[in-house]
Amino acid sequence: MLTLTCPCCGVSGEETEFHAGGEAHLKRYGPGSSDNDFEGYLFMRENPKGVHFERWRHVYGCGKWFLAARCTATLEVFGTYPAQTTEPPQDIKDKITAKRPGWSWRDFA
Amino acid sequence: MRYNAWQIFKEAFTGQTGWKPVWRDPEPKKEYDIVLIGGGGHGLSTAYYLAKNHGLTNIAVLEKGYIGSGNIGRNTTIVRANYFLPGNSEFYSHSLKLWEGLESDLNYNVMHSQRGLINLFHSDGQRDAFVRRGNAMINQGDDAVLLDRDGVRQHLPYIDFDNVRFPVYGGLLHPRGGTARHDAVAWGYARGADQRGVDLIQNCEVTGIDISNGKVTGVQTSRGPIRAKKVAMVAAGRSGQVAAMAGMRLPIESHVLQAFVTEGLKPVIDHVVSFGMGHFYISQSDKGGLVFGGDLDFYSSYAQRGNLPMKEHVMEAAMTLMPMIGKAKVLRSWGGIMDMSPDGSPIIDRTHVDGLFVNCGWNYGGFKAVPASGWAYAHLIATGKPHDTAARYRLDRFTTGRGIMDEEGTGSQHNLH
Ligand SMILES: Cc1cc2nc3c(=O)[nH]c(=O)nc-3n(C[C@H](O)[C@H](O)[C@H](O)COP(=O)(O)OP(=O)(O)OC[C@H]3O[C@@H](n4cnc5c(N)ncnc54)[C@H](O)[C@@H]3O)c2cc1C
Ligand SMILES: [Zn+2]
Repeated sequence: MLTLTCPCCGVSGEETEFHAGGEAHLKRYGPGSSDNDFEGYLFMRENPKGVHFERWRHVYGCGKWFLAARCTATLEVFGTYPAQTTEPPQDIKDKITAKRPGWSWRDFA
Repeated sequence: MRYNAWQIFKEAFTGQTGWKPVWRDPEPKKEYDIVLIGGGGHGLSTAYYLAKNHGLTNIAVLEKGYIGSGNIGRNTTIVRANYFLPGNSEFYSHSLKLWEGLESDLNYNVMHSQRGLINLFHSDGQRDAFVRRGNAMINQGDDAVLLDRDGVRQHLPYIDFDNVRFPVYGGLLHPRGGTARHDAVAWGYARGADQRGVDLIQNCEVTGIDISNGKVTGVQTSRGPIRAKKVAMVAAGRSGQVAAMAGMRLPIESHVLQAFVTEGLKPVIDHVVSFGMGHFYISQSDKGGLVFGGDLDFYSSYAQRGNLPMKEHVMEAAMTLMPMIGKAKVLRSWGGIMDMSPDGSPIIDRTHVDGLFVNCGWNYGGFKAVPASGWAYAHLIATGKPHDTAARYRLDRFTTGRGIMDEEGTGSQHNLH
């Protein structure tokens, strides 16, 4: 069972209180973009075995979207942070580094 | 050794001492014509049809664990041809025909049992959708029978017809659908490939793919480098990791799917029953265990075990559909890592690297595809051209947007198919 803390309302809960929303920090490409950019946005995924950044929604709570850092191999949640950012905050990165030295995900490390 | 009734009698009288290992355990050679990455159902069937249909035998199947350790030994064994989109329809139809001749072709008992599959529906809208699906199946040359409520009752007297949320309106019966013994499918193809000279190399993890001047030249493995003229990836839930070795990103996300089995019971469920509204399906194994499952855990995972919420959900759905199941005790549960594609349909194609091929995106339906996938992949690897039945499983459909096959109409969400 995953335990997540919603950074919007501060409530901690089991995964049944939340809903997973897939990969985080996707850059949105729309009309006028190249086929490759649009494909990347719509279909391509990092799909790492290990550190992963993803979207969650506090569906049975405040209803807000937020982001989480999680390990897809051990299912450990490293931390959560607000969705209004294009990059994981430094304290989350530090927490991951302490547990997974040398990790990287897209351009983040 | 060919298996037949005489062998069984002979062994019965000679203390069962004459059975031999079913495949060799060879050392990897320095070079092969073709290397397949992944010794699951699809890798083994590909090797078998490369040898049988195309006469190519200088082949190695490299498996990081043991044969049968992946999804081929973890699935719930349903075999069916009830798709309706062009592309999927002809492919799964071909697969079911191969299943029907598989045991005599392989000389191996895969316990293929066409016990009939029933998809239940619970509203007029759902009935219409199943009528359409059934017509598509019949047009493809397969079989489908629309059952009304009483028709379902004759087959499945034990389900709760009057559930307030999901009253049973009827069902779509696919008489040729059924199950097969999953391990035996791996073993049968492994034996057939080995007998034709294919090297099955277990405990051999591929750690790198060698490419020079845009052409594949071999692989790096935990048992040393192996040169190859052609390399074919067929690693199911690990497809993303393997493709990354060739600098490729795939439109794939890996998710865990769980399954459950009860203690052995007397025969009670004769069909495969699918209760879509509860995301639940069930059949009974020949050993007597009730084998059932539900949905993905919804967040991406490489852990070959699932979490508790989906377990609870599946048990609730089981109780909703057939309250009698509450008396059965669950014996085991497990998980397998699924290569989920954005449209729920697979990929069998070349890549941008000369001599490198990709086969992935089987979602939770790749067991029934094992024969036809191997057949089509072998054709592609041997001839360089896609097989007619799999011509629409192109990798570039996601770039061009042409030919996306979203069978369930759920949109480009990997975890929804
Ligand atoms: C719980 C569950 C229920 C399912 N139910 C059904 C069902 O009822 N009907 C149906 O049609 N389908 C079902 N499926 C789906 C089906 O099992 C899969 O789609 C199918 O087995 C995948 O293909 P495969 O057999 O080749 O995979 P696998 O057996 O997983 O083969 C891939 C192999 O590649 C190996 N590998 C990975 N990386 C490397 C590497 N770097 N080097 C060497 N080897 C590597 C792995 O060890 C593995 O053995 C189910 C799956 C699960 C988990
Ligand atoms: Zn909240």
